[in-house]
Amino acid sequence: MNVNPVLNPSQPMTESEIKIGYDYPEHLKDEIVSAIYQEAQGIAQKVVSINKKKAKDWDAILDGILTSRITGYPIMFLLLGAVFWITISGANVPSSLLAAFFFKIEDYLTYLFTSLSAPEWLHGILVLGVYRTLAWVVSVMLPPMAIFFPCFTLLEDFGYLPRVAFNLDRLFKKAGAHGKQSLTMSMGFGCNAAGVIACRIIESPRERLIAMLTNSFVPCNGRFPTLLLIASIFMGGAVASQYRTLTASFVVSSLVLVGILITLIVSWGLSKTLLKGIPSSFTLELPPYRKPQIGKIIYRSIIDRTIFVLGRAVVIAAPAGLIIWLMANIHIGSQSLLAHGATLLQPLGHLIGLDGYILMAFILGLPANEIVLPILMMSYMAEGAMLELDSLQEIANLFIANGWTGLTALNVMLFSLLHFPCGTTLWTLRKESGSFRWAVFGALMPTCIAILVCFLTTQIYRLFI
Amino acid sequence: MGLTNQSCGRALISQKFNISFNKEDFIIALAGNPNVGKSTVFNGLTGLNQHTGNWPGKTVATARGSYTHKDKKFILVDLPGTYSLFANSAEEQIARDFICFGNPDATIIVADATCLERNLNLALQVMELTDKVILCLNLMDEADKKGISIDIKQLEKELGIPVIPTAARKKLGLRALMDATYDVASKIKKPTPRKISYGNAIESEIQKIIPYLEKKLNNKLDPRWVALRLLEGDTTLLDSINAFLYENNSPLAYKEVAYAHEC
Repeated sequence: MNVNPVLNPSQPMTESEIKIGYDYPEHLKDEIVSAIYQEAQGIAQKVVSINKKKAKDWDAILDGILTSRITGYPIMFLLLGAVFWITISGANVPSSLLAAFFFKIEDYLTYLFTSLSAPEWLHGILVLGVYRTLAWVVSVMLPPMAIFFPCFTLLEDFGYLPRVAFNLDRLFKKAGAHGKQSLTMSMGFGCNAAGVIACRIIESPRERLIAMLTNSFVPCNGRFPTLLLIASIFMGGAVASQYRTLTASFVVSSLVLVGILITLIVSWGLSKTLLKGIPSSFTLELPPYRKPQIGKIIYRSIIDRTIFVLGRAVVIAAPAGLIIWLMANIHIGSQSLLAHGATLLQPLGHLIGLDGYILMAFILGLPANEIVLPILMMSYMAEGAMLELDSLQEIANLFIANGWTGLTALNVMLFSLLHFPCGTTLWTLRKESGSFRWAVFGALMPTCIAILVCFLTTQIYRLFI
Repeated sequence: MGLTNQSCGRALISQKFNISFNKEDFIIALAGNPNVGKSTVFNGLTGLNQHTGNWPGKTVATARGSYTHKDKKFILVDLPGTYSLFANSAEEQIARDFICFGNPDATIIVADATCLERNLNLALQVMELTDKVILCLNLMDEADKKGISIDIKQLEKELGIPVIPTAARKKLGLRALMDATYDVASKIKKPTPRKISYGNAIESEIQKIIPYLEKKLNNKLDPRWVALRLLEGDTTLLDSINAFLYENNSPLAYKEVAYAHEC
């Protein structure tokens, strides 16, 4: 290693100078780092003394249980299940009260429109289209969110979420992805678009892309109501009444696990093919457990999350309701536009255990996953008898009348879990990855997986029954 | 033109780091690991006299504040929380650049008393960069709860810098911290930080590069420290040196550096 002595010291450091750094082998850096660490260790040993008796370290005891290799995962699953159980059992009654309330108002609105002798199409668009979709979105979504978010925020505030990341870190490393990905996933529980933005905390571009592309495998709160509702109707409905809520929570928790499993598989696949590389290391600080601040939790979960998400859903549901109503009521030939679309999609739908209307609903729900179920109910009802859906049982009847079985319910949940993310998330994906192609990939890849998984469950189911 | 007072030190602070101040004010950097109560110390020292902004050109938020102690005004700059100064991330690079090129009158390292060892890593790295260092040993109350006791006198001796135990949440020890900062900033007290010895192999390499660097750096940066970073292969430092110390000199050099990085 020679340093050129003729370099003018008043000149900026240049290429040749940078070479000084480049020529040295990697192990020098390691030696420098470890010298610093040893020094720190030596000093700390000299000056720190620990009184074992006094040290009843609750954090360490809790960490020992919550992040243990044996108990860590079961506790995660149980906590998740408990949150769902509270949500499902708490949301039923307010949901039906809200629905009853909104449909009473609908009656008044209809009365108002007829008494003003407004044209039938206007009543159709505004009341049966826009208003009814809004009413469903609010009554289906508001109660579960108002219960789920505070529970989730409670765990977050207590300091449990970083422990989840710690537990999952090993798995992500094995999948060739970054341990911080689990943190971005827990953001995804709130909103996938927020989850994609949260991927900024991952330094390596390769691992960040993996995390961004797989974020939508975590069900966001736009999809939770869908999952919870279907699980309560079909999975809960299949067992004795006292076990219903329990079964439904178990099913939804298992779905979350399926989502995590698919995330790991896809991350592994991506890191072996399109996004090759080795996982980089990182420091994950486990903050101390804190007594949750109830006031803050309620504010954050109700104002920041519930109202925000609901507001977004309402804004999208209104025009969507209008479009759906138009599609269901504009006829070409003998069929409505909606029916044409559904007929077109029917073969694919049947192949993967769904039907054309369900696929239509998912496609039309691209702007926001929240409105998939309302769209679906609307399209079923536009074709058949008019119902007032003010209880779970009536929603169940509507679905069963349209040929739903346990398999359909399962596949709708799986499809909802795995299909393309909502428009906002895709837009965010485009912005964050800086490439339109990754956004397209981010839509196609999950959809293919959703179709594949539903196809498999259907074929296996049909083999046995 | 080479290195002038204009191109580094206090002039830089106002130009590059967007901090305005009077000539007689002291600039104090506040460094530390994440989650050590650095913000609580910052708030405890500055009260309401603070504002936040972004580092120029970076999206890393920063807070600045001020307080007056013994008739002197202290401008406190809250650096991003980092575990090291190895410039692995934008945050680490900012913290390093500020301590390195901003030439603050003193740097307070906030450390978590409940896990001293990990926090000392950063402290030792800052001590390699500058002599004007104070260690604020925060969360002493939590350490006490966990039965951890630290020999402050011994730690001061080992590190060669003032060590002030605090419990910022309870506002304990902040006045002593202000006193110590005053002493260091006004050069009443001159810390003599412990320097790490890296073993023969690395030390001999350092000795080879230092004569050259001494000429280049013209006393503006510690040549030993720069030599170590070059041995590590840290190229971001050269970027920073060029940007901070030579910027108005020759635009060509900047291009060369950019070119070198593409290789």
